[in-house]
Amino acid sequence: MSFDPVIEVKNVWKSFKTVKAVKGVNITIPKGQFVALLGPNGAGKTTLVEMIEGIQKPDNGEITIMGKRWKGNEDELHRIIGISLQETRFIDKLRVSETLMMFASFFNMGKKRVEEIMNIVGLEEKRRSYVVNLSGGQRQRLALGISLINNPSILLLDEPTTGLDPNARREIWEILHSLKKDSDTSMILTTHYMEEAENLCDYIIIMDHGVVLKEGTMNYLLGDDRSGKIKTLDDLFVSLTGRTINETV
Amino acid sequence: MRRFNRLNQLWQLTAALFREIIREPGVLFWGILFPILMSLGLGIAFTKKADVTRKVAVIASDFNVSGRDSGSVLISFLEKNCEKNNSTDGDEWKWKLTLKDDKLGNSIFMFHMMEWQKAMMMLKRGTINVVLTDKEGHTEYHFDPMNSDAQLTYLKLNPLIGSGKVVETASAEYVRPLTVTGTRYIDFLVPGLITMGVMMSSMWGISYGIIEKRSKKLLRRLVATPMRKSHFLVALITVRITMNFIESLVLFVFSLFAFDMVIQGDISALILLFLAGNIAFAGLAVFVSSHTSNTEVGNGLINFVVMPMMVLSGIFFSYHNFPDWSLPVIQKLPLTILTDGIRSIFNEGAGYNEVTIPILILTATGVFFFTLGLKIFKWN
Repeated sequence: MSFDPVIEVKNVWKSFKTVKAVKGVNITIPKGQFVALLGPNGAGKTTLVEMIEGIQKPDNGEITIMGKRWKGNEDELHRIIGISLQETRFIDKLRVSETLMMFASFFNMGKKRVEEIMNIVGLEEKRRSYVVNLSGGQRQRLALGISLINNPSILLLDEPTTGLDPNARREIWEILHSLKKDSDTSMILTTHYMEEAENLCDYIIIMDHGVVLKEGTMNYLLGDDRSGKIKTLDDLFVSLTGRTINETV
Repeated sequence: MRRFNRLNQLWQLTAALFREIIREPGVLFWGILFPILMSLGLGIAFTKKADVTRKVAVIASDFNVSGRDSGSVLISFLEKNCEKNNSTDGDEWKWKLTLKDDKLGNSIFMFHMMEWQKAMMMLKRGTINVVLTDKEGHTEYHFDPMNSDAQLTYLKLNPLIGSGKVVETASAEYVRPLTVTGTRYIDFLVPGLITMGVMMSSMWGISYGIIEKRSKKLLRRLVATPMRKSHFLVALITVRITMNFIESLVLFVFSLFAFDMVIQGDISALILLFLAGNIAFAGLAVFVSSHTSNTEVGNGLINFVVMPMMVLSGIFFSYHNFPDWSLPVIQKLPLTILTDGIRSIFNEGAGYNEVTIPILILTATGVFFFTLGLKIFKWN
């Protein structure tokens, strides 16, 4: 892993009407690092990721990706980022291969890449299935496949396993483990599953109410406690917020 | 190479959106079969010489039981000239009068004996619209003068009941029913169905399609790629115009064989006008769907645009029945402009001289609303 920052978020603020969703967040993500944004619903994870994705604009602060701001560099940045949004639905009556082909064309890629992606996400047998007929796990694998289609340097996944059963969740994890092993892609993954953050990510950022409560590696987060009471991320979250995330795998 | 990639993007988007439509079985029925069924139903209903059957109430309390020797002109007429039903069932007709007419279709009047109270109830329900009573030997007609159907019944019966003379219009040589192509109701209807199809298909297909994709976050996902935004809208509009063309062509070909319809004017002008109409409604559709991601709000917005035009623009019946003061407004509606133009080419032999201005107005309308819509378009 290189320590060159690929994503830098500096003092970013974002509000929606009366709700302050993100309050002065600072994050630096080095190349090749897998980062989990961990927090309950409403913590500001999705808003933060959408600002990094360029979908939302911060009210204040600065976000740079590979040293570049979004304004004026949209086309270039879209080509190096892979995105999986929360609860995206694709065109129901399009086959898996056709959906991938459509997205591949946006990155000037063709059938060969579509075949590779179907292989990576294990959807070869479903290539002719309509999207509407896929299971929840298969749809999520398709969304992940689409996010990988451009060999992204940065992967941004917003709750990629929410609502999936444990088996489907583990299938997604396996794909991401392989990606980590075979590439130097950096990833930010939002989740409210402690186990997912522990299992997949090198670095964990715990958020609540729009602010970063604590961040670091698992060893750092759990080893920082001198009381001996904090043995898991759940324990840590309770000690930081006084409540649990209430979601387990 | 770059140009090829862009064209490939556009092609893949167009193909995907086209597949989305044609793989929906409902499209085949609602887009193609339903307009044909509608033209068939309305065409037959308004072109066939169908018998006109009307129920008329005769108030029982005004007559004695047999009706004979009552001194009533009405009852004498009914007894002498009508087929009589001796059934004792109070709901069945008592006398039936058939006025034969080979040219205009037969008129059949069923006279039901009943009490005044029941007659009023049936009048309110629309089962009957004329009530006959006898007053000192004279027949009185009770009906709503604003009801044209009741007026027609009165006008047909009044010369008969009173004089007792039956006038058979079949023998009237001065009646010349029009059957010339271009003057029939079906000639009026089919161009209207085509233009209504263009409007409905564009507004629902494009507007609702955009709103639904926005609500499903698909638009957001698409613009998070290097896809050109214009490509998406161009693909969506291209697919819709292609579908509109296919649907209209199928309806026209059907009318050609089923009703001997012909295009009397310039076909190239017709195609251009058709395209201009599509551009107008595509522009309106993009504008209407430019902001909301709520499908309920979208329904309301689309209906707000299409409903007034569907009612006012003279699709099924001439808009000249509306008050004079409203006509200048109605004639400026995009659907009216398109329908009037297409009808003039179909039925009046119009060409570029007559439809160039409508083509320009419709195209300008489409470009104006498309540009306005793009300025406020919400992709996220």
